[in-house]
Amino acid sequence: MNDKNPTAAAGAPDTARRAPADDPALVAEFEARIAAGESIEPKDWMPERYRKQLIRMMSQHAHSEIVGMLPEGNWITRAPSLRRKMVLLAKVQDEAGHGLYIYCGTETLGIDREELVDQLLAGTAKYSSIFNYPTLTWADVGVIGWFVDGAAIVNQTMLAKASFGPYARAMVRICKEENFHKKQGYESVATLAAGTPEQKAMVQDAVNRWWWPSLMMFGPSDKDSPNSAELMRWRVKRESNDTLRQRFVDLTVPQARAVGLTLPDPDLRFDEASENWLFGEIDWKEFHDVISGNGPCNRERLAARRKAHEDGSWVRAAAEAYGAKRQAADAA
Amino acid sequence: MTKDTAASTAAPDRAPADTQWGLWEVFTQEGEGAPHEHAGSVHATTAEHAMQNARDVYARRGKVVSLWVVPTASIIASVPSDAGPMFDPGNDKAYRHPQFYKVPRGVRGL
Repeated sequence: MNDKNPTAAAGAPDTARRAPADDPALVAEFEARIAAGESIEPKDWMPERYRKQLIRMMSQHAHSEIVGMLPEGNWITRAPSLRRKMVLLAKVQDEAGHGLYIYCGTETLGIDREELVDQLLAGTAKYSSIFNYPTLTWADVGVIGWFVDGAAIVNQTMLAKASFGPYARAMVRICKEENFHKKQGYESVATLAAGTPEQKAMVQDAVNRWWWPSLMMFGPSDKDSPNSAELMRWRVKRESNDTLRQRFVDLTVPQARAVGLTLPDPDLRFDEASENWLFGEIDWKEFHDVISGNGPCNRERLAARRKAHEDGSWVRAAAEAYGAKRQAADAA
Repeated sequence: MTKDTAASTAAPDRAPADTQWGLWEVFTQEGEGAPHEHAGSVHATTAEHAMQNARDVYARRGKVVSLWVVPTASIIASVPSDAGPMFDPGNDKAYRHPQFYKVPRGVRGL
């Protein structure tokens, strides 16, 4: 579980999976730069496979920010106070901004945002499995800030040191902004946990539903993660899924105890030797079901994105027509 | 603007014609006297539109006091493969740095 230095990261280059067009001398030079801790910029030479993996990973990340607006957006009109409503609006707006930061970084790899959005709407691109769960009560909004943003911060803090410059810089910007997302969630959870018995039961129920899906956010276990070794060799990722998951658990358990909430895992126990909170087995079948499109809300989320995109098409067309008119006027 | 891609034929229920808009690079100044730094990019149809999008995307926290937007195509960048000869003259001219010079012991304020 606490494999801080997986041997996979130091493994031999996987030449079989690399596009044949890559010149071995250039690849060696590229890998030497990575090993020296240099940052790769968009105009630098890079293996086709590095470019492809980054486009896949970054666009999935951008899509997650955008789809992630939906579960929380569901509660904006029903927030229990003006303060909570302002906070939630600001948070959901941030998620849109974060999606745009990452789309913009992905575009530097030579793909258009339009194509990435097409892939999302066509259902051929993935996004984080967590956003395919429903937000059943107001307490879910607090728990999402605490768990989901908390898990995202653990992941993104690592990605802020990614070898690809535009991705790393987008992550730095996002990490700076996202701290309030987690804090506002925890504040809301703490308030409910100290409230009436009904409020406490409601927030405990939300914790029970979101805990395991939040652990799944870190992706498959290291032994089943097809992309991890390569991403770590190229220092896109610096730590393994299981290492990051453990860090999140270690951070979160004391936070749950502090507000008198329990985490739904009978196997959860502190291990003196490793100083980690050991947790029970994740239901990987559920993870794979949700990832492959059969979670509780997959269809609803995509339908909502398609409708939003369609409803906005006249705005895009109008702006384009206005731009063309202005350009013609400037030329005249 | 219609696009006939594999993705669009595979998903007949997706949104109709989309528009991409031009790409603009955004530079933000975070505080009086600070330099403008590259922040990222936005898509927009006019300079004014780019400015509005840049404000919404890159200046939500109130730190930014000034914005520049530039059409991406207008930026001329150096080429990484030329970096050696391009920047080489700086490396072998140690006399451009103050450490190159010897000063008599005890002299201050230089």
